[in-house]
Amino acid sequence: MGLFSTIGKNAAARGQAFGEALAFLGETTVCLLSLPFHPRRFRLGDCALAFQRASFDGLMISTGIGFLLGLILAFQSAAALKMFGVEVYVADMLTIGLFRELGPLVTAIILAGRSGSAFAAEIGTMKVNEELNALTTMGLPPIRFLVLPRVVAAILAMPILTICAELAGLIGGSLVLQMMNVPTVVFWHHVTSTASLFMIVFGLLKSCLFGLLVGLIGCGAGMRTQTTADGVGVSATSAVVGGIVAIAVADGILAVLCYLWNL
Amino acid sequence: MEPVIELKHVDAGYPGVVILKDVSFEVRRGEVFILLGGSGCGKSTIMKHMIGLNPILAGELRVAGLEWTRKTHDELCRKIGVMYQSGALFGSMTCLENVMLPLEEFSKLNGKERRARAMSLLADVELADAADKMPSEISGGMKKRVAIARAMALDPEVVFLDEPSAGLDPITSSALDDLILKLKGEKGMTFVVVTHELPSIFKIADSCAMFDKARRGMIALGTPQELRDSSKDDFVRKFFNRGEVHG
Repeated sequence: MGLFSTIGKNAAARGQAFGEALAFLGETTVCLLSLPFHPRRFRLGDCALAFQRASFDGLMISTGIGFLLGLILAFQSAAALKMFGVEVYVADMLTIGLFRELGPLVTAIILAGRSGSAFAAEIGTMKVNEELNALTTMGLPPIRFLVLPRVVAAILAMPILTICAELAGLIGGSLVLQMMNVPTVVFWHHVTSTASLFMIVFGLLKSCLFGLLVGLIGCGAGMRTQTTADGVGVSATSAVVGGIVAIAVADGILAVLCYLWNL
Repeated sequence: MEPVIELKHVDAGYPGVVILKDVSFEVRRGEVFILLGGSGCGKSTIMKHMIGLNPILAGELRVAGLEWTRKTHDELCRKIGVMYQSGALFGSMTCLENVMLPLEEFSKLNGKERRARAMSLLADVELADAADKMPSEISGGMKKRVAIARAMALDPEVVFLDEPSAGLDPITSSALDDLILKLKGEKGMTFVVVTHELPSIFKIADSCAMFDKARRGMIALGTPQELRDSSKDDFVRKFFNRGEVHG
């Protein structure tokens, strides 16, 4: 009986959490869609601050990781390709890998770790301090006031961070090939001939989707924060874990769709 | 005087958990009404129903003649002001910006007029000097006074104060009581206060509703003097005599 009761209670709690997540998603979607009709209701100042923290403050780390990623990938693959004398094709591989897949993916994981957790902690602390209740009783929906500016900031920050990480990765790769006596001009010629507009735009759109997921999951975790001693910490952790899982799942789905539609 | 808040046979609590049963009372315009009782008796829960954070489980609750529904929510939010226990000021805004926030969202005042109105509210709570300070730079008592100024920004019909004395020293707490009496006298403001601080209750209360955890309901209603001197309930007398029952 104890076991069944525990299972039942857990199932009910999960069901309730799922319902709350759906309600949050619904409210945020409505707010997001109504934005063009009520632009003055948008908290532009809060969005600008969240954007600055998510993008410019995180530029160094995403660029640095992108650079190292390009460097490491070029080293690993060049060693193998050199045996066949085609190490110059490292440039093609890097271009496709970074623009289509690794650029948006790695940047989104960094965003989830930096900004997703920060969104959850900020909103969670506000919940513990009753600031969310204060907003509600003032007639200001917390979704519009707190969630929307952060989600929009995450969507806008991702393409900037992604493009910087991708360029840094290519620079890292070019340095490796330079060491292997492949002229830089040749490297960049291969990059420009491999990269297509579709590839770049597709990667950036994907990064926007990942930004949306990180923003929604981070803010959602903050809104669900429990008023316990470890509540904010738990929310920040779940924002990062949830964000990374959602990014991986979304990336997987997109990869399958691209394969099916021959993109 | 006409009632601003009416509760008729209200069951208070959360879905599946009834904390208080069959609660009925009225708060009249211009009075300071106290919700009191021991820790965990449900006084904050009933306040959460009154300010529309949680729906009541049964009965009828009217604030300014309206029931809390999706339709009336926005209108009612403008008729009430709330000061939370911690002040709940927004940490990323100055004190002035905190007070201006409801004016920005709901009033038709221009920027200059909003600023002037917010400054006048801060002057009412004797904190005009702290207008440009961040909440982290002021004391707990000052935070609560800024929160009262913010709660009064839209000229609400009733202001709710959740444990205004909590965490304050007796002098600051007494100054806050004086402020409540001043606002009541000068502006005819109605206050609903959740507290269990006896000196504060005797100083500011016009009426009190007392709740008991064990009996899950309201056990007394009247002025603090009536409850202290004439109540036949042991718990009420014990509460008002600081734990000792005389006679």
